[in-house]
Amino acid sequence: MTVEANSHTLPRLDGRVGSLRPSLEWLARRAEPLAITLFAILIGLALFSIFIALIGKSPIQLFELIYAGGFGTWFSVQNSLSRAAPLLLTALCVALPARLGLVVIGAEGAVVLGGLAAAAIALPLVGSAPPLLVWLIMALAAMLVGAVWIGLSGFLRHYRGVNETIASLLLAYIAIALLNHLIEGPLRDPASLNKPSTAPLPPDYMLGSIPGMDVHWGLVIGVIACTLSWVLIEATSFGFAARIAGGNVRAAQIQGLPVGRLIVGFTALAGAFGGLAGMIEVAAVQGSANASLAAGYGYTGILVAFLARHNPLAIIPVAVLLGGLDASGGLIQRRMGLPDATMLVLQGTLFVVILFCETFYGRCKIFNPDLWKRSA
Amino acid sequence: MEAIGIGVWGVPLAVFAGAIRVSTPFIFVSLGEAITERSGRINLGLEGTLVFGAMTAYAVAVVTLSPWLGVLAAMAVGACFGIIHGFICKFPKVNDIAIGIAMMQFGLGLAFFLGKPFIQPAAPRLPAIAFGAWSDLPQIQAALNINVLFLVGAALALVFWWASRNTRVGLILRVVGDSSDAARAMGLNPDTVRLFATAAGGALAAIGGAYLSLYYPGSWNEGISSGQGLMAVALVIFARWNPIGCSLAALLFGGAGALGPALQSVGVTKGYYLFYAAPYVLTLVIMIATSSPTRSLAGAPGALSITK
Repeated sequence: MTVEANSHTLPRLDGRVGSLRPSLEWLARRAEPLAITLFAILIGLALFSIFIALIGKSPIQLFELIYAGGFGTWFSVQNSLSRAAPLLLTALCVALPARLGLVVIGAEGAVVLGGLAAAAIALPLVGSAPPLLVWLIMALAAMLVGAVWIGLSGFLRHYRGVNETIASLLLAYIAIALLNHLIEGPLRDPASLNKPSTAPLPPDYMLGSIPGMDVHWGLVIGVIACTLSWVLIEATSFGFAARIAGGNVRAAQIQGLPVGRLIVGFTALAGAFGGLAGMIEVAAVQGSANASLAAGYGYTGILVAFLARHNPLAIIPVAVLLGGLDASGGLIQRRMGLPDATMLVLQGTLFVVILFCETFYGRCKIFNPDLWKRSA
Repeated sequence: MEAIGIGVWGVPLAVFAGAIRVSTPFIFVSLGEAITERSGRINLGLEGTLVFGAMTAYAVAVVTLSPWLGVLAAMAVGACFGIIHGFICKFPKVNDIAIGIAMMQFGLGLAFFLGKPFIQPAAPRLPAIAFGAWSDLPQIQAALNINVLFLVGAALALVFWWASRNTRVGLILRVVGDSSDAARAMGLNPDTVRLFATAAGGALAAIGGAYLSLYYPGSWNEGISSGQGLMAVALVIFARWNPIGCSLAALLFGGAGALGPALQSVGVTKGYYLFYAAPYVLTLVIMIATSSPTRSLAGAPGALSITK
């Protein structure tokens, strides 16, 4: 902590001293986010255990049930993976703008409107077009609507100076109101009595399961989306420009980078992924657009993205982990008599602790090779 | 149906009554957020504080049979939430906006968890003052039946407005919010001032929650808040961090929120859900109209991250 900016005074020797040293340094730098995240998760679980113990339940039994309900059997693993699928896409909806320094928390709006657009556009096509074509059109419509919705937050941010965090959340509330208006009114299937919905998709137009598993295709789509996003950010000039703009907007503008187009492009892409999550919910799970689209995937996606430090590849394991937590909720409710909000408490605790642990970055000597030389 | 007696005049009357009813939580949350932001910090977690305050107030009122004890308890837990937020944000590299989102999820989760047993029992409600007793018309009586917390909130807004200009505490708050360096030069610790400001903001937001569960709608359930805590943040920017502006903006929002139910009461039922979205659309339009990409906002605290 007392050593500051040593790297500026000492010449860097990376790559010139032997072959072992640079790889160790590389490993040390790479290990920092992983170690701090794991440390934060442990602290979060410890705090949560204290809370559970205080209300007179056994934290050990709780963790056993989380394991059993989320990952213990093949059935529960499949359940976790199914729940992880939408989280992959909604987390991308948060992570991509975050690489540009924007905190967009309105993924729920993109999911809701994406699902609504997909359901609305599919209905006239069902019967006359082959399923593959219908799915494609549904996905395109959902992505377009999602892109417009979240892209609007980015546009307002850059060209009007409107805070994107609040704008995106307001847009999410507006989206949910639009959904309720349309499924109660113009798009309502008269046959849906208790739960207003659009007319359901026929069974052969439903996205099926991945062969050999009871998990829908959304998982594959999500993993592909995460991988493509990683390539976009890490290996293209577009992604490189975005990372510069995220690090320092002034520097990016002086370099002549199109910051406005980057912001609108990234938020629109993020929204497209959010919309796609809604389309998958409709085509693979619900069969129609209804209030279940606003099930909170957009909000859990925020936590996934922050846990993954906005790295699209890291989103995959984190989403599976949180999918598992979600999947075990029912078991915990039945076996321990705890309310369904238990998982929300755990998620909230983890979220706060993870963000708090941001403060440890750069403070641990073992992860900072520039400080090694001083002690040697 | 009730509005038949005075015809279409029922609509503005219902909007007026609704504005007061709906705006009360906005007044408290936005005053709390205004104090927090004046100190140079933003707390997006007030939505969680609001809901947790609503749960606490309801639970305490159910147990002790005193709604005012419920309000006090809500203030205490709200201050605790504020202290947690203020304490965590003190550390370097911690993003106050992100912490706010996390505290929101934490507060909602904890409120739903602990509030489960209190969904069924009924709590005593906060009192209202019947300013409309002179009238024979039940609509006017209903519209002028004004809850005590609204009056308290309006009075607090006046007090804060005066205090921020004329007292030592107000000056300290503004110095810290405008420049941490200037505050340090005066011998003030910005982190401590912000901790207190965030705690005060949390306590006020929790009163807003107590109003929701103890007066209108007057029950505790998981859908008690519809984003009041978040809209209040936008409202504070619109009101330019001015406490009196906050209450006026809150009234405007309340009116927008009351428009749907008021129209419904005279038989306009079409597009009910679209009217439900009116406060959000209004917030967004106001944010677009009052923000600017090039110049910083007039009256904005200099150390605030949200306006940069």
